[in-house]
Amino acid sequence: MDPITVFKGKSVSIPIANIDTDQITPARYLKGTEKKLGSVFFRDWRFNADGSPKPEFPLNRPGAQGVSILVAGDNYGCGSSREHAPWAMHDFGIRAVISTSIADIHTNNCLKNGIIPIVVDAATHPEALAAGEQNLEFEVDLPNRTLTLPSGRKVTFPIDAFAQRCLVQGLDELGYLRSHAKAVEAYESARPGR
Amino acid sequence: MPKTLFEKIWEDHVVLTEPDCPSVLYIDLHLIHEVTSPQAFAGLRNRGLKVRRPERTVATVDHIVPTHDPKIGILDPQARNLIAELTRGCAENGITFHGIGSPNQGIVHVIGPELGLTQPGMTIVCGDSHTSTHGAFGALAFGIGTSEVEMVLATQTLLQRKAKSMEVKVDGTLRKGVAAKDVILALIAKIGTGGGTGHAIEYRGAAIRALSMEERMTICNMSIEAGARAGMVAPDDATFQYLAGRPFAPKSFESFRKYSTDDGAAFDKGVSIDADALEPYITYGTNPGAGMPVTGIIPADTPRKMLDYMGLEAGKPLLGRPIDVVFIGSCTNSRISDLRAAASVLKGRKVKTPRVLVVPGSHAIKKQAESEGLHTIFREAGFDWREPGCSMCLAMNGDELKPGQTCVSTSNRNFEGRQGPGGRTLLASPYTAAASALEGAVADPRRYL
Repeated sequence: MDPITVFKGKSVSIPIANIDTDQITPARYLKGTEKKLGSVFFRDWRFNADGSPKPEFPLNRPGAQGVSILVAGDNYGCGSSREHAPWAMHDFGIRAVISTSIADIHTNNCLKNGIIPIVVDAATHPEALAAGEQNLEFEVDLPNRTLTLPSGRKVTFPIDAFAQRCLVQGLDELGYLRSHAKAVEAYESARPGR
Repeated sequence: MPKTLFEKIWEDHVVLTEPDCPSVLYIDLHLIHEVTSPQAFAGLRNRGLKVRRPERTVATVDHIVPTHDPKIGILDPQARNLIAELTRGCAENGITFHGIGSPNQGIVHVIGPELGLTQPGMTIVCGDSHTSTHGAFGALAFGIGTSEVEMVLATQTLLQRKAKSMEVKVDGTLRKGVAAKDVILALIAKIGTGGGTGHAIEYRGAAIRALSMEERMTICNMSIEAGARAGMVAPDDATFQYLAGRPFAPKSFESFRKYSTDDGAAFDKGVSIDADALEPYITYGTNPGAGMPVTGIIPADTPRKMLDYMGLEAGKPLLGRPIDVVFIGSCTNSRISDLRAAASVLKGRKVKTPRVLVVPGSHAIKKQAESEGLHTIFREAGFDWREPGCSMCLAMNGDELKPGQTCVSTSNRNFEGRQGPGGRTLLASPYTAAASALEGAVADPRRYL
């Protein structure tokens, strides 16, 4: 994966709480074997049954062209473990998601697909949502764990230190696990039945 | 120092932890299915890797299998392709595959326990969030993404940070017509869909001890709906009786008794539920936290978007509201005890709901139910008796709601479109689903028991 360090991006807000991964990528689009799912990102909130866009949905507003920072309501990404959700987000162009909380499995899946999950406090969240309403630009500084809001205000965000290092250096988690093959063999041989 | 069940299993599986890094956690059992594994096998092929310990991975098909007459075959070419990809991945790597036509095929979280693969003290993962089901046996079981499926296939390990622990204490006795499903729906209504985020839940208390293994699985299954990493119940005699004689279960269970929380062990947080006060529950909204007693009134603070989608009004009851479909099935409630519970309500009665279907969780359950004559009770009541699979829980296999239809469902998620675009889902127990099927409307099951 390409290293991720500092990047700027236009934002969009979907100010709804408990957005589940069934909305991000509906189950009927899980039947393929490709990761190119940007066209079905939020399929049923973005489009009518006949495929025509719903003009009021934030991603369809004229200012939302080319957005890469998603600001969402509380508890983003709950529900199904489908990695098809971050695949759709990434293919659509999303590189960071901001909320007050992001579900555990979805956080892991985002980190493995070059999307930065950014948890902000309840005081910062309304400002981020309002900025996303206007599609303003945020800056993400991953090495310093800093989000710069369009107002210029900077906040730091928590991120797993190991995942951060992998993303910043473009390292591969599977490569790390494989580097410990000897320790795994020793673990297995010390435990009969494993 | 006293330890929780979770800590004991965790510590037993940490291979190593480097400074500032997550732990390398050993995985005893890896379950795979057709929807979240093809890209993982493709990833292995791209790297030129093989599955490291194929005997620790077990595969089946469940999400996209049709539940109609098997003679018709699979009509959806994408579904056929997913099965072909899984078949190929298993064949290339020597993984046991319980495919279509196998007597062991069924929902992955149903067949693991049924075959005795799921055992106390294990770490179990699967590319499916409802892997928490297996925690009912005192295992640490959790859902993972496809990248992690690839990691487990390649290394039999995962990178994990230790979760926090949460105690859910359920004391008292469940009243007649109140099921395990009602316990978990009440918990999620109480703590919310993010209330368990970052935590492994252990369910404790007299009411949990009194539950059958199937009922414990129902509760652990929906731990993820409270946002929890995992849900678990310490093993006891009920666990060992369930496992005894199953194909992959051990002969002796004594070594499993150590898997319990020590007296005085501390949890990071806790919540209690009074079983005596519980009523049958039902959801009215578009996340599993939007639940209430079946006799309740839709809360005034329900978000407008939710009410509009569901076609409901705040301040009104759900009881008596007409429904279009009843679905009994899913990894939450498709086991033999669930089918017996529904049949006890339906016996000798006829449904008024236009479309009603029951989908057993596995071929073994279907066979068992047929040997008990349950299929006859269902059919005489007006139910469609189907082949096993995930079916209308997530509507990937053609079993789906039409836009605007309302379904009382024993499944686990009521998200928008979960059972088909525009479909409206009311989550409930098999008792409540069966009673609602009879009345053609949301019903309280207690009058039928």
